[in-house]
Amino acid sequence: MATTVTKPNPKVNRLGLQVLDYRGGKTTLCAGCGHNAISERIIDALYEMGVQPERLMKLSGIGCSSKSPAYFLSRAHSFNSVHGRMPSVATGALLANKTMKALGVSGDGDTASIGVGQFIHLMRRNLPLIYIIEDNGVYGLTKGQFSATADIGSKLKTGVINDLPAIDTCALAVQLGATFVGRSFSGDKKQLLAMLKAAIAHQGTVMLDIISPCVTFNDHEGSTKSYKYMQEHEEAISEVGFVPHFEDISIEYDAGSTYDVTMHDGSHLRLRKLHEDFNPTSRVTAVKALMETHERGEVLTGVFYVDTQKPSFTDLLNLVDEPLATLPEERTRPSKQVLQEIMTRLQ
Amino acid sequence: MATGDVALGSAGVETSQPTPGTKEDISGATRKPVINDFNIQVATVNGSGSQSANSVLLRSIFGMGIPVSGKNLFPSNIAGLPTWFTIRASKHGYVARKKEIDVLVAMNAETAKEDILSLPSGAAAIYEDSQNLRQYRDDVVCYPVPFDKLTAAVCPEAKLRKLVKNMIYVGVVAKLISLDMKAVETALRRQFAKKQKAADLNWAAIEAGYNYASESLTKQDPFVLERMHATDGKIIIDGNAAAALGAMFAGVTVVTWYPITPSSSVVEQLIDYLKKYRVEPDGKATFAVVQAEDELAAVGMVLGAGWAGARSMTATSGPGISLMAEFTGLGYFAEIPGVIFDIQRVGPSTGLPTRTAQADLLSIAYLSHGDTKHVMLLPGSVRECFEFAQAAFDLAEHLQTPVFVLSDLDLGMNNWMSEPFEYPKKPLNRGKVLTSEDLTRLGEFARYKDVDGDAIPYRTLPGTDHPQASYFTRGSGHNEKALYTERPEDYQNLMERLNRKFETARTLVPAPVVLQTGKSKVGLIAFGTTDFAVTESRDQLKKEYGVETDYLRIRAFPFTHEVHDFVSSHDRVYVIEQNRDAQMLSLLKLDLPAEDAVRLRSVRHFNGLPIDARSVTDELILQEEI
Repeated sequence: MATTVTKPNPKVNRLGLQVLDYRGGKTTLCAGCGHNAISERIIDALYEMGVQPERLMKLSGIGCSSKSPAYFLSRAHSFNSVHGRMPSVATGALLANKTMKALGVSGDGDTASIGVGQFIHLMRRNLPLIYIIEDNGVYGLTKGQFSATADIGSKLKTGVINDLPAIDTCALAVQLGATFVGRSFSGDKKQLLAMLKAAIAHQGTVMLDIISPCVTFNDHEGSTKSYKYMQEHEEAISEVGFVPHFEDISIEYDAGSTYDVTMHDGSHLRLRKLHEDFNPTSRVTAVKALMETHERGEVLTGVFYVDTQKPSFTDLLNLVDEPLATLPEERTRPSKQVLQEIMTRLQ
Repeated sequence: MATGDVALGSAGVETSQPTPGTKEDISGATRKPVINDFNIQVATVNGSGSQSANSVLLRSIFGMGIPVSGKNLFPSNIAGLPTWFTIRASKHGYVARKKEIDVLVAMNAETAKEDILSLPSGAAAIYEDSQNLRQYRDDVVCYPVPFDKLTAAVCPEAKLRKLVKNMIYVGVVAKLISLDMKAVETALRRQFAKKQKAADLNWAAIEAGYNYASESLTKQDPFVLERMHATDGKIIIDGNAAAALGAMFAGVTVVTWYPITPSSSVVEQLIDYLKKYRVEPDGKATFAVVQAEDELAAVGMVLGAGWAGARSMTATSGPGISLMAEFTGLGYFAEIPGVIFDIQRVGPSTGLPTRTAQADLLSIAYLSHGDTKHVMLLPGSVRECFEFAQAAFDLAEHLQTPVFVLSDLDLGMNNWMSEPFEYPKKPLNRGKVLTSEDLTRLGEFARYKDVDGDAIPYRTLPGTDHPQASYFTRGSGHNEKALYTERPEDYQNLMERLNRKFETARTLVPAPVVLQTGKSKVGLIAFGTTDFAVTESRDQLKKEYGVETDYLRIRAFPFTHEVHDFVSSHDRVYVIEQNRDAQMLSLLKLDLPAEDAVRLRSVRHFNGLPIDARSVTDELILQEEI
């Protein structure tokens, strides 16, 4: 019996690659973990933006979040480093090859506790890195201790109450010099995808704190990082729209209520005001909005701050155009005459 | 502290208080001149600007063709604490520290009494005449000099006098030890090459000191210089500058650091060289330098850059090494190249930050938790700082592992004579890196597979344009394909291969330098800066006691077979090193068969000062029961 099956042409992006080409290994995280949803959005964003998988470096520290680079983009080089120190590894890697895109995945423990020093200096340098915090307020792999982003008064399953204030990684990032700062929620597909795509278009440090509930240790009543809490308390500062550079940008928007930011690659980030004093070019209003919302017990999401003018770290160093890693010997080893000249001066 | 209880033989001893400048009655005429073989110590206050003056003295002696070495003994302080600079002229070419001071320039009132009391009998002392140091010693030739008065006369500007005063002593010393004033002027003009006015002012000060000494002091000590030709064609450089040059000629591209004494000048000097020689005509740099937030970040950046294919390095000292432990283990386990210079200082903890030691050996050899071991290169001269810096990058990329270069404060921060460095003969060894063409040809790639039987796998760099190029680098358990695993056999296979790779390293690292007569039953083993003292001590042992010794200088860990052969062919082998715990001896014991390990004996020196020949000789004579 012979049948003819007509296969539909698989959907491809502008590079001719399928979503399949952006997939990774099978996740080993818990079913329902927010991190898995974030991995899915990362895949979507890289696919839709048409990033060549081989041109991306994925880096992470240690923890549940830091395992997730194994679950997307198998065709990209990946580096699962040590706890809290991914920023330094990413810095070295990008100095070695500034032509690469780099995506770092960290967690709230990895960033706000053990790694807070490196996190701070990463923000200062404005390294061209997309830095994602998969933020659930607890340590998962060690079975549910509070992290430093847990809100004061929030409760563990065991009944332990957190009595120390949370570190607001977004406020820190804005103050320290990151040039693209936002917060999202793993359950907010539309907003997260738009923010990730804009992040890919940005040249400089992108700091995205993504609330990503831990279904095993921090999704109960009394947690401020649960799905329920986020569904009830998420408050967007703006509606995030993104038009990539390879698409028609003639879609109309209301200039009075929308900030249109032209990104480095020509894409457009469109932020429609939902808060009265929203201004993504002002650090002061960004931090003020974050503080005020937090005081009200709400979780502010959206893009808080964008600066497309500040030079990135690799720009500041005025490096040659090609990757330093593969410069030929003629360009990295000075000549015999140079050595003779130096020796003569030392005589 | 010796107070000079040794009689001066036939020499007369001063008893009265002569007025400055009058003929002192100590010894002069009857003492045999000591030519080109003595030690000058200048005692000053940190931050007083004596460094230039001391450099001029050192360079003047060098300019007279006389082998010379200098050591700066300084405090961990910006200004105000005592500092000593010793300059040793040695016609035999000995450059180790010599304990006895022959000529003291006591410019620090705070330490002047202690300084003069520490002189051996028969030494000479130059000091500010108001100090009246003569009261403490009647067996030392005293040269009081009115420094303040002389300084005021040549330097009308009061705020410059503190600096200019130093050049007065240069002039006084020049006259007393017969320094060639042409050599002095050359050294001075070199020191102030870009500052004509400062050069002129300082030259006037030197002449004032010289003239004062000519008119008012009578030479009574025996220490004099005579022109030689032993420094012709030689250079003077510090070990840190030499290491920096080595790194530049190794084609380093990513440099990270966190400032720490005594390593900072490796990177500071490297930055100067790179800015001069590694900026392309369009103004763009073929290097990146990052001052990191701490040593953890510095080494993290080194590994990130090494992973992505750059020649990357950092320089640090003991406390930084401790902080780098975790990342170093990752570098070993995930097989990532990187070069780490450790300019050793005295530990533990903060220790004595401005004093020297060879005490990071054990902690680096096995740095980080779990089963780890690292390749260490041990330069014993400025020339080797230059050469081993290059070897370190080649080895790191070839072996795909962090490589440590262990210098120390003595080698790194002091000036040393050397033959000029030779231009590298071999091209850079970038190791086993697969391109996309290689991947297409091979059809498969397993990151951690031992393809060639030398336990060194192949790697790809991020950005390699091939769907099979990528792999997952991790510090957790991984199999040949770099996939996560906790399977017992996968872990064990990986650890066994890393062990075999270390055996491969054994065949690639610099072999030791062996000096043997074939007759002696006594062997000496040393490494790094201990070499200077051992070289001189071997001559002392032969000349003074008729004892011949064989000598092996270790230049790397893991040890090559020559080290085993040397130990097994001697009855007694003394391991001479600058630490308390006999760290090199411990490493050797772990590596040697038991029947050879028992031949090892220990000579240790760990007071923060560079080891000297006499200490080695005395200890060997004691242990040899001669």
